[in-house]
Amino acid sequence: MGQIEVKHGLFQRFYLIEIIKGLFITIRKVFSKKVTIQYPEQRRQYSDRFRGMHYIKVTNGVENCTACMLCSTVCPSECIYIEAGERADKEKYPVRFEIDLMRCCFCGMCEEACPKDAIKLSGIYEMSQSKRTVFDKKFLVEQRGSK
Amino acid sequence: MDLFEWIVLVAKIVVVLGGLLGSVAVMELVERRGSAFMQMRLGPNRVGPFGLLQPIADGIKFFFKEDPIPAHVEKFYYLIAPAVCLLPAVMVFAVIPFAAPMIVDGRQIVFQIADLNVGILYFFAVASLGIYGIIMAGWSSNNKYSLLGAMRSSSQMISYELSMGLSVVGIIMTFSSVQLGQIVQGQGEILFNLGPLSIPKWGILFQPLGFLVFLTAVFAETNRLPFDLPEGESEIIAGYHTEYGSMKFATFFMAEYMNMATVSALVATLFFGGWQMLPGLPWLHGMIASVSDLSPLVLDIVRVLFQIFSFTVKLAFFLWFFVWVRWTLPRFRYDQLMHFGWKVLLPLSLLNIGVTAGLIFYGVI
Repeated sequence: MGQIEVKHGLFQRFYLIEIIKGLFITIRKVFSKKVTIQYPEQRRQYSDRFRGMHYIKVTNGVENCTACMLCSTVCPSECIYIEAGERADKEKYPVRFEIDLMRCCFCGMCEEACPKDAIKLSGIYEMSQSKRTVFDKKFLVEQRGSK
Repeated sequence: MDLFEWIVLVAKIVVVLGGLLGSVAVMELVERRGSAFMQMRLGPNRVGPFGLLQPIADGIKFFFKEDPIPAHVEKFYYLIAPAVCLLPAVMVFAVIPFAAPMIVDGRQIVFQIADLNVGILYFFAVASLGIYGIIMAGWSSNNKYSLLGAMRSSSQMISYELSMGLSVVGIIMTFSSVQLGQIVQGQGEILFNLGPLSIPKWGILFQPLGFLVFLTAVFAETNRLPFDLPEGESEIIAGYHTEYGSMKFATFFMAEYMNMATVSALVATLFFGGWQMLPGLPWLHGMIASVSDLSPLVLDIVRVLFQIFSFTVKLAFFLWFFVWVRWTLPRFRYDQLMHFGWKVLLPLSLLNIGVTAGLIFYGVI
């Protein structure tokens, strides 16, 4: 390891003037614009592509999902559980659609895989829970978030 | 002592102690918000308007926290260490004058708790007792980090106390007194007139080098950055108060801030004219005296209030300076600290004494 030689001028070695310069830098920062975002009142503007909490898109009161299982197949953390069923009009639909959010890694592959534009990721990022919750279909169908 | 003197004494003690404790609360907020502002953050601003009630919230938190005593500590010394630290911090302010004497009803009121004839020597003697609290805390905690912190603290205090004491010798020689009251009195004289502006005989004009050495040593004595090696968070957790929690920790905290307040007062007293009024205030006082028809006693009280105000402003500036420097400079390395103390500050303070003695001998000052 070679040592780095730092050449100091006389003023730098005297140190005092450098301290005064430093003091002026900090006092200037006191009056500068603050970068803090005051969280509950102000929120950071995330991009539209932000991947937050999942929801299932609904058209005319019926969820878009046809229980094709593509999302649960592509999911790398296997957090989506779907139980398929049949409606009266012979259409396939998910009887149960559950996402274990604790396992989800928010990669967004389910959203990419979905041919029906049914499962989507919203911009919601406040997902803390006091117990381990599995989000069921009823919860997911509710239209939430900025998306 | 009769009743009058007792009342005056108790009132002075209450005012000074209240002011000191109040300054701890204020400084806590200033430290937190000041540091936040310098780092372009906002800091605690939720409790009360502008976060002004934050110190009260913190105090309540400290009082109601669980107060565990680790099993491995030496209980007796562990428990008295915070008190040993706090006591000198409270005591040293006694010699600092905060206004000129005033005459009420033929009696003189000295605005100084104890006008000791040893003055500044008392300050140095008592202030250095605080180190015992730190060593007790570090040793009795039975923790390597604490012990390292205490050891660093003691060596630092010894090294810097030397140059601190020597740097003041110049001031003592200039004003030929160790009594702080007389030193302040001496600083009220006018050095020379610069047009309408009269330059007072403040200590910093005679002892710029002494001032710099004293200020630096004072930072080391109060364990503040850039000399906060006894605590050095990144190296030894919290140093000597690693094992302390709740109000016991808060006591150390209070001691540190009271020490800061006291040494700020001392810097103001020795080098910035103490209670001598700030520029403009004597003129304002003269205006009040000439315009209104107040009695001499009321005018005297106004004068005292002005002086206390001037003193407080000077003190507050240096307290702010402590915070300002803390968030500007990084910590010294240990060998740099010793090098700086013994090879730079000590020769400089000796040089200062020599030069001052020469100047006085040849009658320049």
